[in-house]
Amino acid sequence: MRSDTGKLSLILLMAPFALWIVLLIALPQFGIGYVSLREKVGPGEYELGFANYTAFLGEPIYWNTLLRTAWMSILVTFLALVVGFPVAYYIAKIARKRARAGLFLLCLIPLWVSDLVRAFGWIVLLRETGIVSSSLQWMGVISGPVELLYNDITVIIGLVYTVVLFMIVPLVSTLDGMDDAMLEAGYNLGGSRFTVFRRIIVPYAMPGLVAGCIITFMLTAGSYLTPILLGGKNSSWFTEQIYNQFITRYNWEAGATFGVLLLAFTSLVVWVGLRLTGQSLATTVAKE
Amino acid sequence: MYDLRCESVIKRFGNFTAVNGVSFGVPAGSFFSILGPSGCGKTTLMRMIAGFEHPDAGDILLKENSVLNLAPNKRNVKMVFQHLALFPMMNVGENIAYGLRCRGDAKAGIGEKVRAVLDRVGLPGVEDKQISQLSGGQKQRIAIARCMVLEPDVLLLDEPLGALDLKLREHMKIELKQLQHQFETTFLYITHDQSEALVMSDNVAVMNAGRFEQIGPPRELYDNPVSGFVAGFVGDTNRWEGRIDRLVDGTARVALNGGGSVLAKTGANSLREASAVEVFVRPEAVAIGRGNDGATLSGRVDSLLFNGANSRILVRTETGKLVEVADTSGATGFNEGDPIDIHWHADRALCFARDAA
Amino acid sequence: MKRANRSPFLNAVYATYIVIFFLYLIAPLLAAGVFAFNDSLFPSLPWQGFTLDWFFNDTEPKLGMFHDERLLRGLGNSLYIGVIVSALSVAAGTCNAFLFVRRDFPFKNALYVLMVVPLVIPGVILGISILVFASMIANGIDQGLGINLTWLRPGIPLIVLGQFSFLTTITSLVIAARLEKFDMALEEAALNLGANRLRVLTTITLPFLVPALFSAFVVAFLVSFENFNTTLMLVGSDAPLTITMYDRMVKVGSTPVLNAVSVFLMLGSGLLALLSVIVQRDRT
Repeated sequence: MRSDTGKLSLILLMAPFALWIVLLIALPQFGIGYVSLREKVGPGEYELGFANYTAFLGEPIYWNTLLRTAWMSILVTFLALVVGFPVAYYIAKIARKRARAGLFLLCLIPLWVSDLVRAFGWIVLLRETGIVSSSLQWMGVISGPVELLYNDITVIIGLVYTVVLFMIVPLVSTLDGMDDAMLEAGYNLGGSRFTVFRRIIVPYAMPGLVAGCIITFMLTAGSYLTPILLGGKNSSWFTEQIYNQFITRYNWEAGATFGVLLLAFTSLVVWVGLRLTGQSLATTVAKE
Repeated sequence: MYDLRCESVIKRFGNFTAVNGVSFGVPAGSFFSILGPSGCGKTTLMRMIAGFEHPDAGDILLKENSVLNLAPNKRNVKMVFQHLALFPMMNVGENIAYGLRCRGDAKAGIGEKVRAVLDRVGLPGVEDKQISQLSGGQKQRIAIARCMVLEPDVLLLDEPLGALDLKLREHMKIELKQLQHQFETTFLYITHDQSEALVMSDNVAVMNAGRFEQIGPPRELYDNPVSGFVAGFVGDTNRWEGRIDRLVDGTARVALNGGGSVLAKTGANSLREASAVEVFVRPEAVAIGRGNDGATLSGRVDSLLFNGANSRILVRTETGKLVEVADTSGATGFNEGDPIDIHWHADRALCFARDAA
Repeated sequence: MKRANRSPFLNAVYATYIVIFFLYLIAPLLAAGVFAFNDSLFPSLPWQGFTLDWFFNDTEPKLGMFHDERLLRGLGNSLYIGVIVSALSVAAGTCNAFLFVRRDFPFKNALYVLMVVPLVIPGVILGISILVFASMIANGIDQGLGINLTWLRPGIPLIVLGQFSFLTTITSLVIAARLEKFDMALEEAALNLGANRLRVLTTITLPFLVPALFSAFVVAFLVSFENFNTTLMLVGSDAPLTITMYDRMVKVGSTPVLNAVSVFLMLGSGLLALLSVIVQRDRT
């Protein structure tokens, strides 16, 4: 009787989890996988095959967009790490106790502000009639208004801005747990600043670093608003292609194919990242 | 009449037998302790009595009624947990009233009962305090009050003094004993600290590796242990390994490993000549000076361990063994390195078969 | 101590870098916020004087956000979606937390990874996959039974499902982290004092979890409120605020009323986040 009620309650507890994962995560992924293999041969008539994928490969605009999204995402992840690590280290190890909490909270505030508001802020700052352009004119640096939007550098600045917090937060949490005595021991044993950084700080921060990179990369590759609003019509971001196929052209087969490709690509990068660093999804991302 | 009885209780976890055929009875109104090293199965036994584990065999009876098929919340045994498990989200009064509310007592009576039990544990008027505002000893008393307000048949206490510092622990030992007298409830106390068990209990069961080695009043365990484990675990003792040379009328001459020989009474077990044994001698059984032939050892004072009434002299014998000798006055005038003779009556030394381990 | 290892010059450089970084962090928010109060038809310099028209004015061309029908409807939809999806995901997250913290079952580790996976699926993909799957079911039912299930077509129910699919991971992790800190002896003590399982749950375990439930709810609500990628794919005629804002931005171009909405959103989410921090700090 004891084990029966135990089993029953386990099944009851398991039910929401199973429904959620099966109905909202697993089956929908199979769904787009299936649709991506469907080829329209006539009105209401379909055949299974890889035609959508060959169509993708045959159209340089498509795969160029994917490659561009890919390398820019990797670049943004790298930049976010370079920009964010010193800040995380400062918050976790150098700032005084009281300042630490304040700075950390300051870091979190933009996290809670919508992407849209942040992108809008950049638009107000950078467009032709924006603050930066007007200020530069007023200072006499430039003679006429200058358009700072709609170029790759702006897109990258905006993307780094959007995701850097997701790099800093996990880094701060792991660095926070590091005992200062470890650093002192490192210096004490004659390590230079660089060796201490490479041999002690980086390995210790690895779980947070990997988690930050995974989330950052994922958010960048999957981002929509920032590249489109800051990059304009020719931002050529892959999620935009997906949206166009699905909503504008109502070509679900092609859209699903693009979706599968994007998912496969991001999963591959996440998997390689985890492999190279010897971490697992449960130990990194789950810790936030 | 027994308030609590266990009959051949067995509990296995996989291949490991945590409790192996334990039987005992706790007379009504007495203070009963289960004493054993950590991992001996005493906590598992207590959890079975409280109903958190189910025995694989045997029976547990409360007031002579089997409780095996009663859920933990239906058994009239209450438990004081190792870390007390006071509810941090409630104040003192709510903690104590919790059981009464669960029982469905009338609202009007609850306040009165809470007040009364707080009086009895000597903490009147603390109902509105938060748990975090209490000291360690006060928390202890609240945890007991929370159980006692329900008038249980048996109160289980799972090493509740473990988390306290030494001074408070000494004090709480006496206080627990007084509380037990005052409530006249049966206490079942679990501990690995032999002094707690000896000081407070009417009866003590010594538990080892899932079995009870001996049950008896503290003095009996101390003076007449039935096994080497009990002799070594209860109270301070000297212990040497050796082999029986000669056996006459229950008194053995034991040749100690490493040289020398001593006389010792054999326990009630079947020892023969040439059996490997352990000899136990309590420090206070060792007297300074020469005694009867054959029981005297000579040596030098190795060090003096002053501890008030518990002071010791460590003697290094000629054969190199260290012997702890009680020095109750702490003023025998010996210095380190002085030659010294020690002896004891053969009756005060006990030998038991050495464990296979 | 570490400070002693650095030269004053490097220290200054480091501190300057941190200051610049935080300026970078705040600049766009400030820019978005300030022009909500500029008495001009465009969110740009020069400064024309302070006004609250972009919040409260009730006539064109300077229609304030609190009189803008479509923005208000968007806000209402966002609140509606946010509350429902947060409640659902907190409930599911609580179940998951109990499942993974308290129970043992086969393939637990693999299933735990599955639980985390939605965090690493791009939001756009979650959106389209749920759109496709729901449409497949709806089409199947439509053809097979002749019943048209409108809630499986783009609209608020699908948005709720789409956001629920990844918010549940977040709430599960937040609640599980707290549940792991729970001392099992408290439950046993309550049982021992005569409480039944349900009573133990409602008087001991859930009160312990309340701060985590609250902050999980707040986090879920904020993330739902600001979500764009997943929602974009599932939106029907009842658009939430972010979508309405985006439409306005793309079709009308930037107008100060969007700055006003931005200020409103920043204040709202700031307050909620602060509240959750305070609750966490109080109870732990």
